[in-house]
Amino acid sequence: MGFPKIRAQTVLHVATLVAMAFALWMMFVWVPTDINQGVVQRILYIHVPVAWVSMVAIVGVAAASVLYLVTKREVWDRLALSMAEVGVMFGAIMLISGMIWAKPVWEVWWTGEAKLTTALILFFIYVAYLMFRAYFPPGDQRMRLSAIIAIIGAIDTPIIYYASVLWQEAHPPLVVGPVAEEENLVAAEIGLTLLVSVIAFTLLFFSLLTTRNGLARTENEYETLKFTMAKTEVAEIL
Amino acid sequence: MVASLSIIWALTRKELRIESRNRDVAIAIVMFASLVIAIFAIAIEPTARKAIEAGPGVLWAAVTFAGVVGLTRATSHELENDAVGALMMAPVSRDLLFIGKALGNFIFLAVATVIVFVVFTFLFNLSVLHVEVLVIALLATIGLSAVGTLFSSLTFRARAREVLLPMLFLPSVSPLLFAAIRVTSSAATDEAWSASLPWIQLAVAYDVVFVTASALLFGFVLDD
Repeated sequence: MGFPKIRAQTVLHVATLVAMAFALWMMFVWVPTDINQGVVQRILYIHVPVAWVSMVAIVGVAAASVLYLVTKREVWDRLALSMAEVGVMFGAIMLISGMIWAKPVWEVWWTGEAKLTTALILFFIYVAYLMFRAYFPPGDQRMRLSAIIAIIGAIDTPIIYYASVLWQEAHPPLVVGPVAEEENLVAAEIGLTLLVSVIAFTLLFFSLLTTRNGLARTENEYETLKFTMAKTEVAEIL
Repeated sequence: MVASLSIIWALTRKELRIESRNRDVAIAIVMFASLVIAIFAIAIEPTARKAIEAGPGVLWAAVTFAGVVGLTRATSHELENDAVGALMMAPVSRDLLFIGKALGNFIFLAVATVIVFVVFTFLFNLSVLHVEVLVIALLATIGLSAVGTLFSSLTFRARAREVLLPMLFLPSVSPLLFAAIRVTSSAATDEAWSASLPWIQLAVAYDVVFVTASALLFGFVLDD
């Protein structure tokens, strides 16, 4: 009777659970309410980490896709898919939490601000990437073509951002509500809560990523098995 | 070099010949774009001020959407009788294949854009014929046809390609669309040339990056 084997993934899940619980306690109980924005400012403890994680995912999808095209190894394609899926989910949370925050603070749900425009367009590109994967028959060709789409998306990112900045310059940025002029937003407690929350959400990202990646591996094994069985059946009939 | 040019020309001529026989693509682009402009002209009822405010956006949205329709038509005849399979057997490098196809799409889109501009001028009572608009129209057409050719060859074997192509194409070309709209707007309000300059630079950068990237990645698309 030895010790039960503890998998690295289990450690990651437990660490995520602890960090998330701690971060939630900090953002809802420990940190004082912001004097300028009031209670709505607490959304930023979720919005900022989620935005950070979706950015990590975009870079990750592009890197995994380049590695796939170079090595042609299926692991990279699986990783790109898993990152894109988790990234799109976090992207959606980012857009929605941002709008909920903007309504009381900026007095509008949405504006033509550069980061907002960029985030929305990128969200659409990665949703399209996932749609492409869903609509294309599985196999080498799908892996290759999805990698190309991911690379195009990554190349486009800085250009979209630059275009959105230029676009915004023509419209004066929206300065409504008490937020824009206040500089003392990041007090020590707020900064610390944000930091813990970023760490917690990064752990959550990797936790979900490894789970999704494992699922993708099982899916692939199932597909291969089904294909082999079909081949054997055909061979028997012949 | 001369050999490459003659291959590209042969491919482009093939596209033009198919088009001259059935006129599928150009008619699709022109009619669809005119329809979009007409619907907006009815919906907005453009006065002089409204035309300047909304017109450039309507114009370029119409051209881009119509571009999607044209690209779908242009690739669908490649699927008939597996024409694309025959094309891939040709002893020609993939980037030349890409340039040939993209050039064909460029010509259709350029001709269609000219006609769409005329339709727009009448329906919106707004003349946007300035040098900078012609420059940005040329740059936008180059970028749209390069990215469009890559994406339509990516999606044409997929299920629901009519949905996938615009979903991929429209967000990817959004910087070009922004540039074209902004330059057209400032031309319509008679702003100085210099206001359009950063957008024209952006469009040039976009075209250089994406024509190169599309030509390089096209090899992977057809690689079987």
